Amino acid sequence: MSDQVSSPGEATAEKKEDAPGPYGFGRAFRDSILEGHTLTIIVLAFFTAFVIGGLLNAFTNTTVLHAWGSFFSAPGHAIAATWDTAVGAYVEMFEGSIFNPHTVAQLFQQASIGTAIRDGYLSAVFNPLSETCVQATPLILAGLAVALPYQAGLFNIGAQGQIIGGMIVATFLGFGVSLPFFVHVVVSVIGGFAGGAAIGGLVGLLKARTGAHEVIVTIMMNYIMAYFLAYLLSFGYLMQAPHTSNAISPPIAGNAHLPLLFGSHLRINAGFLVALACAAGIWWLLNRTTTGFEFRSVGKNPSAARTAGMNVERSWVLVMLIAGGLAGLTGAAVIQGTDFTLNPQSYGTYGIDAITVALLGFGRPLGVVLAGLLFGALHAGAPLMQSVTGTPVDMVQVLQAVIVLFIAAPPLIRAMYRLRAAKAGGVGGVVSKGWNA
Amino acid sequence: MELELKGITKRFGSLVANDRIDLSVAPGQVHALLGENGAGKTTLMNVLYGLLQPDDGTILIDGKPARFGSPKDAIAAGIGMVHQHFMLVPVFTVAENVTLGIEETRRSGLLDRRKTRKDVRELSHRYGLEVDPDALVENLPVGIQQRVEIVKALVREATVLILDEPTAVLTPAETQDLFRIIRQLKQGGKSIVFISHKLKEVQAIADTITVLRRGAVVGERPPSATEDELASLMVGRSVQLRVSKQAAKPGDVVLDVTDLTVTDETGRIWVNGMSFQVRAGEILGVAGVQGNGQTELCEALMGLRPTAAGQVTLNGRDLTRATPTQRLRAGVAYVPEDRREDGLVGDFSVADNMVLDVYNRPPFASGIRLHPDAIAANAAERVQEFDVRTTSADTPVGTLSGGNQQKVILARELGHEHKVLVASQPTRGLDVGSIEFVHRRIVDQRDKGVAVLIVSAELDEIYALADRIAVMYEGRITGFRPPTVPAEELGLLMAGATDQNPGPPGPEPTPSAPTAIPGAGQ
Repeated sequence: MSDQVSSPGEATAEKKEDAPGPYGFGRAFRDSILEGHTLTIIVLAFFTAFVIGGLLNAFTNTTVLHAWGSFFSAPGHAIAATWDTAVGAYVEMFEGSIFNPHTVAQLFQQASIGTAIRDGYLSAVFNPLSETCVQATPLILAGLAVALPYQAGLFNIGAQGQIIGGMIVATFLGFGVSLPFFVHVVVSVIGGFAGGAAIGGLVGLLKARTGAHEVIVTIMMNYIMAYFLAYLLSFGYLMQAPHTSNAISPPIAGNAHLPLLFGSHLRINAGFLVALACAAGIWWLLNRTTTGFEFRSVGKNPSAARTAGMNVERSWVLVMLIAGGLAGLTGAAVIQGTDFTLNPQSYGTYGIDAITVALLGFGRPLGVVLAGLLFGALHAGAPLMQSVTGTPVDMVQVLQAVIVLFIAAPPLIRAMYRLRAAKAGGVGGVVSKGWNA
Repeated sequence: MELELKGITKRFGSLVANDRIDLSVAPGQVHALLGENGAGKTTLMNVLYGLLQPDDGTILIDGKPARFGSPKDAIAAGIGMVHQHFMLVPVFTVAENVTLGIEETRRSGLLDRRKTRKDVRELSHRYGLEVDPDALVENLPVGIQQRVEIVKALVREATVLILDEPTAVLTPAETQDLFRIIRQLKQGGKSIVFISHKLKEVQAIADTITVLRRGAVVGERPPSATEDELASLMVGRSVQLRVSKQAAKPGDVVLDVTDLTVTDETGRIWVNGMSFQVRAGEILGVAGVQGNGQTELCEALMGLRPTAAGQVTLNGRDLTRATPTQRLRAGVAYVPEDRREDGLVGDFSVADNMVLDVYNRPPFASGIRLHPDAIAANAAERVQEFDVRTTSADTPVGTLSGGNQQKVILARELGHEHKVLVASQPTRGLDVGSIEFVHRRIVDQRDKGVAVLIVSAELDEIYALADRIAVMYEGRITGFRPPTVPAEELGLLMAGATDQNPGPPGPEPTPSAPTAIPGAGQ
């Protein structure tokens, strides 16, 4: 637009001139926000989300509410109770997901290093991190399944359906065939990839051939696959386990389990390495290959891509094929890494979480890994938090949602933190223009 | 009302967009602001319209200082602005758009549609705008939409109208209509500030011309000033408005198009049995009013649209069914009409855009592996060679000026081996300096023995470049002419007169005959 002549950076410079004053930390802090430093935005978004989460937690807690009920007789008590509840939950979450000091104390009470290792006390120290990685594995893989199409201009809402596709094939190969150890794992994993790729590729094909919008098609595929899974698990001659009336598959063979990385006491398995390798692979694909160049061109400007001789339709099919495969790997990692059987709820909320993870990771592979680890940590810490402080695990969902809300809407964060800045003169345009000027 | 700007200064960080600008607009005058893209014209007008606050200087209205905190203040003071991109609601009628924000209500609180319609009709009649108050804006051609914007300003009782690059989106015929309206507004006592970078238009319509360069006023001239003088003022050095070139030495036929027919998805025929040849070392210029199938012709030549019938060969090789990539490899260099939409990926770096259609060829890739070093090296070389003004080759191309964007496309297309250059509207929206550069390069290509096909709606461009002119009307060629042909004759051909059938065909003569367009174009 002709009237939008100032970029956010320029607007900041302008403001500096308008309001000269001591250039202290607070000012530098504010200016860095106005300049739209993404890192600052992210840090503030997390900070805000955790504060809001903490308050929400505290004020839904009956003890805290009782304390506030007698605020005028014991104000200190009310505030202390609020603080304890809010912070206590986070402490437990930290202990459950990263590091728990109690486990170290127990480690040092052991007679010797040998017994410590044998009885799993050493593993206990690393258990929180292991759980974080286990939880992060499907989130990273599924996040990539959304992030990759995003780079090519497609919105993959269908990770769920593709995950189910992968789970079905991986499970079937897991219990249906008998193969030697290493071979069985690999065959099942590849089967999982193929199962997801088939569903994703179908979506790409429909879009390329008929112009059907991928959002609609993927959403519909989610329903189709969910009910298809329920159907498969309802009949013994299909995938239902024998001698049961429950909708559950037989357990997969031990040979098909993803190998544990650090012994039997820790659940962390090769799936995590697969996830990291996929992230690295996708980065390489996007940034170092002609195919990735095509994907990114098609994503940013399909008509220029077409004019430059790229086959836009082929890119759509290919990108959905790979994305479906990644989602399929998610399914394989869950079945072969932690669940070992398939039931109608096995796919959980990974398909939806994938979108959140991809959003938080700005659609980039490294971002997806970090976002996956973060959400993995939240998930891993939740059970301990609930058992110790009584905070419901749903708190984690709220936290996730609030973090993503703030990350996805930087103007919100800017607006919130400018409220604390006394004078707002001369920067009126920044909020409205900041993100897309 | 007399409007005066005194010492207006506007800075963006270290950039001085407006440097102590003085400007006075007398009542009933057309005052042109002439300057290249980025000279500060739009910034100045945004200051005047209250969208930006000046860092220094004053705005005087009838000698009294005024301060515009927002467009509201400016409108109240009688200033109206027609933006380059219209601010209209497409699904509303003309009357609804005009009344938006200043709705008239009856005593019952309901909208007084009748009064609005009457106002629009009355104003539209007085200034010869001929706008139907009940038409839906989305159904109106661009030229009429612009008039709706003018009516909007007039209803708000503007006495000074700012027109920001008003002709950029208009056909030559629409431009003529606009000039007629401007003259009528002038007679009605309104002042007009006419912002443009097109010399001829400014000369045709202005009473006074103020030239801006790099944010400062570099001179004020009467419209009788020569084009060369104005161009030099604008660019800051003497420029050649017309590329000097030797007579063409045509060689063998390179591009041979026979009975080409192109339709769209709905079956509408855009190119109807066109036949022409382009020889090595000559420039064939396709003239015509926009929308007569030129876009479709170029897209079909590039393989971006299916060919319904006919044949296209390149050095005897049949390319009729070839894909865009096959055509590129066969030696077609293509400069698309809409560079932002079809020529560049705006978010990509200059370097990536310079390999957009050769990224999968050595040395930029082997197999599926890209070689970023080769891409960077290529960019460094080409940026230099084509004088692309950019802070670095990693800068997103979308942030460059139009002229530099076009240089990036040229650098790419002329960089790979080619026998034909197809360039559609190669200088649309470019400033004088860039036009000179692009024209120079195109003539160089011809001299190197490339067969060149130029499609342009600007007659001046056709005259400047073409060795042979083909005129296109409704998907057909109405005639071939040498570049010495008078503009009147071309105009007749552009309106549909053929060699066999002189005079516009059909019951309703096409009003778009751009014969008398001295003011249009570059």
